[in-house]
Amino acid sequence: MGRKRWKKMARWAPAAAVAMLALSGCGFLQGRQSVLDPAGPVAQGQLGLIESSFWIMIEIFIVVSAVLVVALIRFRARPGQTELPPQVHGDNRLEFLWTIVPALLLALLAVGTVKQSFADAGSPLVPHSMLVQVTGHQFWWAFTYPSLGVVTANELHVPVGQKIELALTSADVLHSFWVPRLAGKTDLVPGKINYIWFQADKPGLYYGQCAEFCGTGHADMRLIVDAQTPAKFNQWVATMSHPVSTPTTALAKEGEKLFGTIGCSTCHTVGGTTFAGAVGPSLTDLTGRLMIASNTYPNTPKNLYNWVHDAPSMKPGVLMPSFSYLKAPQVKALVAFLESLK
Amino acid sequence: MAATTERIPHVIPSSSAYHENKLVSWLSVVDHKRIAQLYLLAGLLFFLTGGVEAFIMRLQLAHPNGHVVSAVLFNQLFTMHGTTMIFLAIMPMLIGFVNAVLPLQIGARDVAYPRLNALSFWLFLAGGLLLNSSWFLGGAPNAGWFNYVPISNPPYSPGLGVDFYDIGLQIAGIGTLMTGINFLVTLVNLRAPGMRLMRLPMFTWTVLVTMVLILFAFPPLTVTLFLQTFERLFGAQFFSVAAGGNPLLWSNMFWIFGHPEVYILILPAFGIISEVVPVFSRKPLFGYTSMVLATLAIGFLSFMVWVHHMFTLGYGPFVNSIFALTSMMIAIPTGVKVFNWLATMWGGQIRFTTSMLWAIGFLFCFVLGGMSGVMLAIAPADLQYNNSYFVVAHFHYVLIGGTLFALFAGIYYWFPKMTGRMLSERLGKWNFWLTLIGFNITFFPMHFLGLMGMPRRIYTYAPGNGFTFWNEVSTFGVFILAAGVLLFVVNLFTSLQRGEKAVADPWDGRSLEWSISSPAPAYNFAKIPLVRGADPFWLEKMHGNGRMLPAPGQEHHHGPPNTVHMPRPTMIPLIIAAALLILGYGFIYHALVVEILGFLVLVVGLHRSMFTPDPGEYVPIEEEPAEEVGADG
Ligand code: HEC
Ligand SMILES: [Cu+2]
Repeated sequence: MGRKRWKKMARWAPAAAVAMLALSGCGFLQGRQSVLDPAGPVAQGQLGLIESSFWIMIEIFIVVSAVLVVALIRFRARPGQTELPPQVHGDNRLEFLWTIVPALLLALLAVGTVKQSFADAGSPLVPHSMLVQVTGHQFWWAFTYPSLGVVTANELHVPVGQKIELALTSADVLHSFWVPRLAGKTDLVPGKINYIWFQADKPGLYYGQCAEFCGTGHADMRLIVDAQTPAKFNQWVATMSHPVSTPTTALAKEGEKLFGTIGCSTCHTVGGTTFAGAVGPSLTDLTGRLMIASNTYPNTPKNLYNWVHDAPSMKPGVLMPSFSYLKAPQVKALVAFLESLK
Repeated sequence: MAATTERIPHVIPSSSAYHENKLVSWLSVVDHKRIAQLYLLAGLLFFLTGGVEAFIMRLQLAHPNGHVVSAVLFNQLFTMHGTTMIFLAIMPMLIGFVNAVLPLQIGARDVAYPRLNALSFWLFLAGGLLLNSSWFLGGAPNAGWFNYVPISNPPYSPGLGVDFYDIGLQIAGIGTLMTGINFLVTLVNLRAPGMRLMRLPMFTWTVLVTMVLILFAFPPLTVTLFLQTFERLFGAQFFSVAAGGNPLLWSNMFWIFGHPEVYILILPAFGIISEVVPVFSRKPLFGYTSMVLATLAIGFLSFMVWVHHMFTLGYGPFVNSIFALTSMMIAIPTGVKVFNWLATMWGGQIRFTTSMLWAIGFLFCFVLGGMSGVMLAIAPADLQYNNSYFVVAHFHYVLIGGTLFALFAGIYYWFPKMTGRMLSERLGKWNFWLTLIGFNITFFPMHFLGLMGMPRRIYTYAPGNGFTFWNEVSTFGVFILAAGVLLFVVNLFTSLQRGEKAVADPWDGRSLEWSISSPAPAYNFAKIPLVRGADPFWLEKMHGNGRMLPAPGQEHHHGPPNTVHMPRPTMIPLIIAAALLILGYGFIYHALVVEILGFLVLVVGLHRSMFTPDPGEYVPIEEEPAEEVGADG
């Protein structure tokens, strides 16, 4: 009987191989946001379930399509047929069979589902984890490390090989935290804290984006997780804890003054200064960030200039007002100041 | 209830012209068959509207950082596309078929409440027009078709769009609820003698369960729409965290409605397939009883799974596990249906008519959609799929590959009975193949996009994510899909004018509707038929003389001989629906005068409706054409 089963399985092997290639070969579904390229245990476990259910489904699909195709060919009406085909009304044994077999297959999947559900859950305080509070805003992310006293935005720095526990909530509408290579998504709900955990196994940048529609700027609410070696991570923490924000050039000094007078400081916090607004993202160590506008544009002086000049034209729906009334030298001064934040 | 004696019903000259004026005759329609045509036509128009919206979105997404439409417009487009397709296109077209076919299949002359039936239609139309008028009145709703709070609440959606959503769906929803009640009563009371429950045609069975679902699923929608209307118009605080409310109340109420809703959209489609497959295989439906049980099981389970739309909301592993298991369970009865259809074909003589082709296309695509559905039910895996293009692929496979394909199968099958003409089979095959190919090219790549990490509802995406290629493929497919659908429209209008005349029983059918002439006469059955078993018409063709026997003791009206007593046309339903439409605009614009006007019209309409009894009319029975019935197809 065992051999028979193997023979049967072997018959599907070519189809399975093709599908396998389609799924993971040639790198054609790979990408920096691909679910199929997990980089940590949580995403790995979820991919395991995706794959096992995929194979079960493919088998059923092949059986169904094969029966369908055979039926269509064998039992097509032929000219000159006058007799009725046998008027079969049913068959209890068959009907029982195709109730019970799918039920058994599903029971298999159910076991894995329940197991993985509990494994993924980040009830408060996953042992040996580092906690980060994540707050969703239209349309950017705030990250707070309570144990380190660090606050940052949009780029989540974590040490590799350590469990990271996230406490997710929202300041306004629903958002969803999704970095596919690290973990499936969990929503950020106002008035509620959701806990999840993940771990990055290798250093690198992991991309993601908001996955619950949150308004005009939803598509541009993107995410980067920067997983660093513990040494590099500690260095980053040190930078964040002692931010340098004493502008040296005259231009940057003028920018600092403008920052305080034209209203930037009512929204933005800059570590090491008295600017402590809380409406927009913290700009502490802004030069250390790869991208701006919640990871929509590379962090270059030119992009910063355009952003400060007229953010809404770069990111629809953005809640930072346009400063297009400023003169070019003033914007340059502000950018010089921003460029000094280390 | 009883007609007052001073109003004497009159005999009208001809069944086909209740009124001289064509427009008046349509506005005062109560005949279920003509209401069906209105539903199908309005549904088709809304379907084309929703299709144009989808088309524009696909153009925008063809390339990264696209500039076809703005983010603001894109968000309105996907909101209106979803809302339109679900509430104003697919559901009304299904209800159109229910209207066209169900009374015929159970041997009834109309539905239980013909006026209410007309009111249902006008309310749906009023709601749909109100909702779509938002495009011209400052912007359509833009919070997605499930309109989650807080995003849809005043601070985040200050425009009027969401008010149009709340009130438009409220008006249309009341109509749907009435449809549910109406057809349930019809099914309980108006079955012809001998039409026992376990003899009902499968389509009728699925409609029965669908109507129960409507009865229980729509009230939560009604309530939650009211809650939000109060919040938006009068400052109530049901969902506001700051005031002690809970935004997740909306999510739960919406999906308690929303999940049964998707079964409201698929069960009648199952029913259509269960009619088409046996007829074109020349065999009875395999496993009738298990089909009925499966339908009941699906209907029951559909109320037990709503949290699977919200696995990411953080209800925890225990809740998620329970809802994952109930969701997986739905696959069992659904599988039973698929296998029974296959077994029906097995050993038959399959005729590849256009209708049957659609049914076969349905089987392929729906099974694919079902498979991705099971994958989605696995809660931890769903954390990856949720709100990604994988989900978009899944529900288009079940809604287009499933429901829409079944609707196509149904229209090619019942068009002769509804209009007296055949749809062109030649155009039909083009319509089928183009749609099938276009559909798969458009939607299959979306599975890939979801797995590559593309969320839904984004107006654009970064080039670096590698989404570009499959988005290009998908947009390419949409052109083929659109061509296929347009060919259907062409087929529809040319066949209505010049199509081949239909005989009473063009497909060698099995159920009662094929025993009467095409198109069905106003009164459906000159004599209420006697049902002597399941597949009653087939039974008479095999074992009787090919004609239904009249049921004894059914005709007891005191009118002229050779007439049938039918309800009289009336514009009261139209007036009531118009009143709600006026009221709706009044509320949206806080215009007291308009509100009062709407209210007055409503009172007048309801008063007329309650205190004007329907004396009915006597419709003369037409000469039965002496054609052969039961000829081999
Ligand atoms: C009304 C509040 C507000 C004011 C005033 C304001 N901003 Fe912003 N700013 C924001 C918000 C909100 C964001 C996040 C935008 C997004 O990504 O959606 C932001 C983002 C930024 C960013 C990008 C940060 C990142 O990592 O993405 C920079 C740089 C910035 N602001 C600089 C300034 C400067 C300079 C000024 C003064 C000229 C200013 N802001 C004034 C609200 C404000
Ligand atoms: Cu968001």
